[in-house]
Amino acid sequence: MGNLPSILTPDFGLLFWMLLSFLVVFGLLAKFGFPAIVKAVEERKQYIDESLKSAREANEKLANIKAESEKLLKEARDQQATIIKEAMATREDIIRKAHDEAQAEGAKQLEEAKKQIEVEKENALRQIRAQVADLSIDIAERVVRQQLKGNAQQEQYIERILDEMSTSQS
Amino acid sequence: MKNLKHISLILIASLAMAMAPLSAAANAQSSEAAPVDVQEVVFGHLSDAYEWHITTWNGHHVSLYLPVIVKHHQGGWEIFSSKRFHESPDHTYKGFYVDHERKDKIYEQGYDNRPWDLSITRNVVQIWINIALMLLIFIPCARWYKKHQTTKEAPRGFVGAIEMLVMTIHDDVIKACIGEKHYKPYAPYLLTVFFFIFITNLVGLLPIFPGGSNITGNINITLLLALGTFLLVNLFGSKHYWKEILWPDVPMLIKFPIPLMPVVEIIGIFTKPFALMVRLFANMFGGHTIILSLTCLIFITFGISKQMGTSMTVVSFIMLIFMNCMELLVAFLQAYIFTMLSSIFIGLAHPEHEEAE
Repeated sequence: MGNLPSILTPDFGLLFWMLLSFLVVFGLLAKFGFPAIVKAVEERKQYIDESLKSAREANEKLANIKAESEKLLKEARDQQATIIKEAMATREDIIRKAHDEAQAEGAKQLEEAKKQIEVEKENALRQIRAQVADLSIDIAERVVRQQLKGNAQQEQYIERILDEMSTSQS
Repeated sequence: MKNLKHISLILIASLAMAMAPLSAAANAQSSEAAPVDVQEVVFGHLSDAYEWHITTWNGHHVSLYLPVIVKHHQGGWEIFSSKRFHESPDHTYKGFYVDHERKDKIYEQGYDNRPWDLSITRNVVQIWINIALMLLIFIPCARWYKKHQTTKEAPRGFVGAIEMLVMTIHDDVIKACIGEKHYKPYAPYLLTVFFFIFITNLVGLLPIFPGGSNITGNINITLLLALGTFLLVNLFGSKHYWKEILWPDVPMLIKFPIPLMPVVEIIGIFTKPFALMVRLFANMFGGHTIILSLTCLIFITFGISKQMGTSMTVVSFIMLIFMNCMELLVAFLQAYIFTMLSSIFIGLAHPEHEEAE
């Protein structure tokens, strides 16, 4: 011990002051120094981690939204196509129906016209028949009246009437 | 790069030339005076002292005289300036004197053993300067975080650099070596230890007044630091840690009839902090000794001849630059190693798998 330099031998005073000083600096730094720094940095680290996480989530959400909007767009397009197709089908349908209806109407009208013509014809025939009957009666009357006058004349008269009738008929 | 080489060569040469006449005077003096006693110079610089010798100017010592606090063997404390020793003709004051035969410590006349001595020595003042420096660095840095919103902005410049250093030690050394679960209560202590050693080492490299005292190269300081680790490890060690020491998982033969493993483990409890203490002490002491010896070499060789002195100055100068750079590295490295090993020892006292059981 005697020959050792003083830096290798225990020195109570130095030990005492070192202990005291170290405890003071440790106490001060442990209270006001390092924990504040470490805490702040760790808070910041956590904040950054959270921010990154939420950014990633937002990105994912955005991607989802994009996919969804694309899906919607596609659906809309499909719908549009089907609607157009349907509309075209409907249009053709309507045209065809109108066409058919028109045809049916035309046919009906034609039919009615025909019927009317028929009726008219019948009416005309009936009238003719009535006229013929009238005429016949008339003729008959006249004939009957002529009979009273003489036979030759009577015959002559009938002949003339018949001529008249045939010319009127033809 | 080439320019830099030229400049440094010119610098070294001019320095050597400047030294020549200066040391010629020293040569004239020292040819009659005693040759340079390297051991005395080195230990004089490394040892503690009651005054802080700043420089010698025109044959006058410019020193900072520090208060001496001693207790008489009969009782009663004395506080006085160490200047009193120089003022009195026989270099004694109130019965106390500095014994140059016995490591320059204060003794009381008529007594062979040391009195109680709580003097504010050079090392104590240096420790105070260092801790003041630590407080000046870290308290304002910590206050920065109070003034700013931590989630909004990160510090720049000096605070940013300190934050980086603190977080490097905190995350990569303390957290990594102790383990996620248990590191928290030890972190402030280990950070304090790291920065105390680091700053003390750096300030110890300064060759002029407010620094330069050899603190971490003093066994008392490293003893206290190692004791801190020792206490933390053994007072807060888990059950599992003590089981590993007293009843380790080894074959029965080497722990039962003769408790061979327990004995080895118990010795290990003490060798770990002892190694910490000696490693830091020896590294810092060694570095300082080499730098001082290289400086002494200049004066020794001038004592032999002027030419040799001049050429040796160049060599010494280059070597000194190299050694100082290396000491800068060692200053960080030793603080890092001390903190890392302390963390590992604390981590070993808290095995992680303990919770699983």
